[in-house]
Amino acid sequence: MSNAPVDNGRRRFLTIATSVVGGVGAAGAAVPFIASWNPSERAKSAGAPVEVDISKLEPGQLIRVEWRGKPVWVVSRTPKMLEQMKEHEGQLRDPQSQEPQQLESSTNDYRSLRPEIFLAVGICTHLGCSPGFLQGNFGEKVEGTDDGFYCPCHGSKFDMAGRVFQSVPAPLNLEIPPYTFLDDTTILVGEERGVA
Amino acid sequence: MFGKIIGWIDDRIPMTRVWNMHIAQYPAPKNFNFWYFFGSLAMLVLVNQILTGIWLTMNFVPSAEGAFASVEYIMRDVEYGWLLRYLHSTGASAFFIVVYMHMFRGMIYGSYQKPRELLWLFGMFIFLALMAEAFMGYLLPWGQMSFWGAQVIISLFGAIPVIGDDLTLWIRGDYVISGATLNRFFALHVIALPLVIVILVFLHIVALHEVGSNNPEGIEIKRKKGSVAEEDKPKFKFHEYYTNKKDIVDAIPFHPYYTVKDIVGVVGFLILFCWVVFFMPAMNGFFLEGPNFEAANPLKTPEHIFPVWYFTPFYAILRAIPDKLIGVAAMGASIVVLALLPWIDRGRVKSVRYRCGFHKWNIAGFVVTFVLLGWVGATPQTDMKTIISQICTVTYFMFFVLLFVYSKNEKTKPLPERLTK
Amino acid sequence: MMKKLIIGLFALSVNLLSNMVMAAGPSVPLMEANNDLTDQPSLQRGAKLFMNYCLGCHQMQYQRYERTFRDIGIPTEVGLEQLIFDGSKVGSHITNAITKDDAAKWFGAAPPDLTLIARVKSPDYIYTYLKSFYKDESRPFGVNNIVFPSVGMPHVLQELQGLPTPITKEVEEHGHTVTKVIATETDGTGELSVDEYDQAARDLTNFLEYVGEPSRLESEALGIKVIGFLIILFILAFMLKKEYWRDVH
Repeated sequence: MSNAPVDNGRRRFLTIATSVVGGVGAAGAAVPFIASWNPSERAKSAGAPVEVDISKLEPGQLIRVEWRGKPVWVVSRTPKMLEQMKEHEGQLRDPQSQEPQQLESSTNDYRSLRPEIFLAVGICTHLGCSPGFLQGNFGEKVEGTDDGFYCPCHGSKFDMAGRVFQSVPAPLNLEIPPYTFLDDTTILVGEERGVA
Repeated sequence: MFGKIIGWIDDRIPMTRVWNMHIAQYPAPKNFNFWYFFGSLAMLVLVNQILTGIWLTMNFVPSAEGAFASVEYIMRDVEYGWLLRYLHSTGASAFFIVVYMHMFRGMIYGSYQKPRELLWLFGMFIFLALMAEAFMGYLLPWGQMSFWGAQVIISLFGAIPVIGDDLTLWIRGDYVISGATLNRFFALHVIALPLVIVILVFLHIVALHEVGSNNPEGIEIKRKKGSVAEEDKPKFKFHEYYTNKKDIVDAIPFHPYYTVKDIVGVVGFLILFCWVVFFMPAMNGFFLEGPNFEAANPLKTPEHIFPVWYFTPFYAILRAIPDKLIGVAAMGASIVVLALLPWIDRGRVKSVRYRCGFHKWNIAGFVVTFVLLGWVGATPQTDMKTIISQICTVTYFMFFVLLFVYSKNEKTKPLPERLTK
Repeated sequence: MMKKLIIGLFALSVNLLSNMVMAAGPSVPLMEANNDLTDQPSLQRGAKLFMNYCLGCHQMQYQRYERTFRDIGIPTEVGLEQLIFDGSKVGSHITNAITKDDAAKWFGAAPPDLTLIARVKSPDYIYTYLKSFYKDESRPFGVNNIVFPSVGMPHVLQELQGLPTPITKEVEEHGHTVTKVIATETDGTGELSVDEYDQAARDLTNFLEYVGEPSRLESEALGIKVIGFLIILFILAFMLKKEYWRDVH
């Protein structure tokens, strides 16, 4: 495309060198534009870990707290719930929590730090609706299990450890947020402390 | 493969033809000097302003309650927000530096003369739109200078007889500058005026490429068809659009010669520009004024208010005249008279190099006048400075009067036949 | 020739304008703060002074604690414990609980936000201001200030500096002889010596300059790299231009 009569090696070398260095410069100039889309200090501050007081949480009860704008459920699981969770494992997609939807510390049968207290991000892994808690009447959805979560948007079903049932649209178990027991009645949601 | 894609596109839009006509086979005089960098630099700054401007709107809050805080949010909380903001604020001043240099180039080499009158007019419209753009943009940070500067400038319209007061009320949309004013200025600043400027820039370039560039010698490179001997024609290939109509001498294709040259200019400019952006974005209060770091307060005027430096020459003309209406009219006339240069200058020789000695002095005097006016307009008024501004107002307009008089029967030097590099 | 003339004119005009803008500032000559934004211990002492003496009335409503601690090298836990007195979260803005109306009632006007004070005024101004309080029984708070006549706030650093006594001088002004305060003298009641107080004023000034533009040091560090890069690109582009322009005679 060039309209120049001479074309020698030096010219080609300088053209390539200038283009490459100029290209690096252009890429560098794009950095501030791209980086400015990251969460700002305000967003990070608003997304800081939140403390939850669970001293008033009764067995079988679910409370919702907001963390990073998302609903986080805190459920006190009854012994009956824990018992029934073992019985339907055959109907689950990922009963052993192989997919990294939780930290190492919650990769266990209960998907939690303590069996009786369960935390999960209440966002369906299908398309982002928030499932409802069917307490005592989950049996209509899954036979033999009294409690669970049911997503009204597309009918995805999760058990009391947030594990997804088979043959529903949601592909993964519910996400478990990082959290820490500051003491027996206070949970810090959003940060896992004391784990190397 | 690559050729096939190009061919496919060329069958549908004239990509290669436009590239050749306006870039690769566009004949440009071979003797452009330093002053010819400023056109491409203006384009660079325009792109910078549009890009950083778009990014700033992503976090700016156009409301009287939120504007100031949102600018500080950008400066502190948004990653690289400070850089985007400084690029935009420094770019505003850089735009005017570049445009003033570009206009000065047109003045010394007679680039406004026939057949480039329309080119010059489009340029003047760009200048006007740019002033409006800069003025409205300056309100957006909602600092003390934003507020009071806009208050003063909008009040100028109050000088217009009969409708003045109603007009200022209508422009503000309130009894003082308020959130309503901010919102409409925001809308005009981020979409309406940029659109106008981009369209005008396009027309400016269309007009330029139709008549061809002037050059420091002020003689045309396009000659009558058949008047140039074959051995005098440049060895480069130019587009038939130009060669069919005229014979061309002493020209080189814009690409690669002026693209590589403009890259040097662009990088050189960027070194200076980045030095300001990274090390002294406030430029001692010229690019970002101290009082503007204080949020707008409708109850308290800052001690001294000045427009930003690029408006001060015209502002000084306004202040020089003790009558409000005449002052405003004089300020308007000082801009209109620039647009009329192609008709005020009745000379046939373009470049200052071949014009009479008086013309050189006249231009030098104009530069001194412009700088003095800028200085007077940017500093607190004193009796001495009022006198200076009045003298300079007279000499500003005298430049045009004198030019009109002596250009009619000017004693010029003989023009060369050909350009030398 | 033309080029030199233009450059000369430009340099001259910038110079002239700078001088004139300076001349438009306060009529009292300012002392030089000589503060250093890279001096983290100074910034940390300044932050402590601000939180202890200023924040009661003046906010920094655009600046966050967390970012401040990070930039001036204070660990988050230390900051939470020693510098946040109102139980704010570390990510929150540096604010106080005074309402505008209360403040206006107590001081006549709401104390200005200090986030950007160093940019509205200048570090030298702040430093001079902090050192220019003097005893003046005629004022509501018993003090006045040389650079800010009829100042509307008390001398909050009095326990550090003591209450300076004014040194006056007779000066001619508009044909009258007036008595002007030109300097102050320590009364020795402060906790700090004169030099220590100067350093405290410098630390506080330093902190306020940092808060005015927290990106300053980051900007300069990045700027060096960007300009270095551009110089390399300039050399390449210049060689490329020279190479192509060998065709043009």
